[in-house]
Amino acid sequence: MNAFLLMLPAAFVLAAVGLAAFGWALRSGQFEDPKGDAARILGNDDRPG
Amino acid sequence: MTALPSGCPSALSTATELATPQDPAAFVVNRDGRQTLDVLVRGASCAGCLAKIEKSVGALPGVDVARLNLSTGRLRVEWTGALKPKLVVETIAGLGYGASAFEPAAADSAGAKAERKLFAALVVAGVATVGVMFLSEPLWFGSDLADETRTILRWISALVAIPAAAFAGLPFYASAFASIRSRRLNMDVPISLAVILALGLSVVETINNGRHAFFDAAVMLLFFLLIGRVLDARLRRQAYSAANALAAMQTASATRLRADGVAEAIKASDVRAGDLLLIAAGERLPVNAEVISGTSEADLRLVTGEVEPAPTFPGQVIHAGAINLSVPLRVRALARADQSLMADVARLLEAGEQKKSAYRKLADKAAEIYVPQVHAMAALGFVGWLVFGATTAQAAFVAITVLIITCPCALALAAPLVQVVAAGALFRRGIYLSSGDALERLATVDHVVFDKTGTLTLGDPVLRREGLDASILKDAARLARASHHPFSRALARAAGMGPVADKVKEHPGQGVSGLVDGRMARLGSASFVGAVRGAGSELWYAVDGEAPVVMHFDDAIRVDAGETVARLKRMGLSVELLSGDSSGRVAQAANAAGISDWRGEATPVSKAERLAALQAAGRKVLMVGDGLNDAAALAGAHASIAPGGAVDVSRLASDCVFSGDSLSAVADIIEVARNARRRMRENFALAAVYNLLAVPVALAGWVTPLIAAVAMSGSSAVVTLNALRLAGRGRAPVKASVESLG
Repeated sequence: MNAFLLMLPAAFVLAAVGLAAFGWALRSGQFEDPKGDAARILGNDDRPG
Repeated sequence: MTALPSGCPSALSTATELATPQDPAAFVVNRDGRQTLDVLVRGASCAGCLAKIEKSVGALPGVDVARLNLSTGRLRVEWTGALKPKLVVETIAGLGYGASAFEPAAADSAGAKAERKLFAALVVAGVATVGVMFLSEPLWFGSDLADETRTILRWISALVAIPAAAFAGLPFYASAFASIRSRRLNMDVPISLAVILALGLSVVETINNGRHAFFDAAVMLLFFLLIGRVLDARLRRQAYSAANALAAMQTASATRLRADGVAEAIKASDVRAGDLLLIAAGERLPVNAEVISGTSEADLRLVTGEVEPAPTFPGQVIHAGAINLSVPLRVRALARADQSLMADVARLLEAGEQKKSAYRKLADKAAEIYVPQVHAMAALGFVGWLVFGATTAQAAFVAITVLIITCPCALALAAPLVQVVAAGALFRRGIYLSSGDALERLATVDHVVFDKTGTLTLGDPVLRREGLDASILKDAARLARASHHPFSRALARAAGMGPVADKVKEHPGQGVSGLVDGRMARLGSASFVGAVRGAGSELWYAVDGEAPVVMHFDDAIRVDAGETVARLKRMGLSVELLSGDSSGRVAQAANAAGISDWRGEATPVSKAERLAALQAAGRKVLMVGDGLNDAAALAGAHASIAPGGAVDVSRLASDCVFSGDSLSAVADIIEVARNARRRMRENFALAAVYNLLAVPVALAGWVTPLIAAVAMSGSSAVVTLNALRLAGRGRAPVKASVESLG
């Protein structure tokens, strides 16, 4: 029973953190141009594009 | 890395590049001195294109943002200062890409938003499925679990599954609700019922310390179904970005001469009847117009399909879409842009689209049979168990498990999976599909109608080299490079890169003259050089004091046209040629391609009528065409294909666009479509077999959460694997795209 008390909140917090991170990525447009992002890492330009 | 589907800049933009980029000044949005312009870039396909375009545009004075979205082909440019917007499109065109300014449509961002929502729902359902599965595993296999622990595990599952299902299931609930309100049943009705009832039953069972809870099944169901939905939405958005091309074309710009003689760039949609417009050499007419001054020639290939340019003179009416070739024209607009031939075509397109949306998809047909049967089964189970003396709770349990286990996971995945795999296989061959159900229509065609110019033939005339002196070709090319005339361009292409003659002068409707090695030379029609006109497409070259030399041009048919026609016939299809060009040329091309059934001198309307007549006779017609004159026929046909060089309207009207010079793509498309249809039918059959096995088990009341989970994921996996079989065959060498790279 004690294991539940420890593991449950931990699991929920971790899941919530993961989902929040995904939500941020989705909202900030990181899934908008998969082709372009794949191509961009090949450039020699060091400036963040 | 896989072979790129097309060259770089892609073969998608050959014929349209004839038109010079128009002034995008009308599309610049100015906000507090900060100017923004959206440009649709055609042909960018790789990291090199991206870097080249962003770097070149970014280097223009004052530009601080130049970002190209490679997935949608949109370039956003932001700058401060006095940069001329025309320079932006000219820079991109100078790199060899097509560029047209456009107004971002509101509908597009709505589509993107819907797709993002679906994607978020998919991720939530996925995370919840994993979580609930971890909790379910001890419930399934831990036979020594204390009842108290069991109850706790179930309540935790409920805590995860209910909010997740409430969020991730929204697209289904909304669609089911709408469908019930319109008194029609779609697939989302049984899905929503199954999810909601499964959750309800599980809560009741948990409270009553019952045997079974289906929290895992509810979220897993949504997860599988959302995979199908996300794939479907992505395919639809791809099709939508193709639609942007039309928007970009319709909102192209024009140069208007104000009463005080000043030229201003305006949106083509703002052109009003009576406006005085200036059409530069190489520019496309935005509206139907009457020539006021200037004698030139117009390229009508995209309007009527005629190869030979037509002379234009004051008083003549030219149709929208024609390209002015040699001398700037002043014209008076006869209609607004939305009343032009192009707009007429767009209206015909719309009518055709409506006809197409009336096509009932395989999946919808399946749903109409499936949904009532499943619900009847569940009702039967409920009544049957009551009759045989079960309690209401027991009978309800059976009815609900029937709904859960028959929830059409496999059925909902059956079509989109196949469509996505087939679209991917075609994409690798340089073929772009506009919609998923296009595949279903392409698979059922039995008659193929080809257009000639630009479809069966390459569209651009080709110089006949036999008997032509190399030094004359070299000299003549120096004059040819200065002209927009299609024959001159063909000559320049044949000669390759080189210098341009001095003091070049255009003689409208006749030819060009200039100094070659210090001597006066002329290139043009027979009368221009004082020779007698022969037969066919020809161009004369004469140097002062020497006899004129003739050069012949062919409207060369695609290399594999004959082979493709033969292959189509072997596949059981009849083939026909329908062209707006002169009958002589059409007969010649038909003969060369091995088509015995041909018609020449067809107008856009007669083309559409011919198609309607064929379809009225019960034929399922595939139209293959590229010009404005084909657009209505393309839209009206059962299915349609356009080559990459087609005008935007025709590309948009088509179900499919192929790049490269190889016509064999047409046969390839039909073959893939037929395979895809076969896979889809197999998938529906597999889903039916699954239900035949699962329903009796559920009716017998034997369904446990474990059986439900295994059955559901098992049937989905079978359908997925069957769809993937299609991809194996798609990896054949990519002939068409390799050619276009060269």
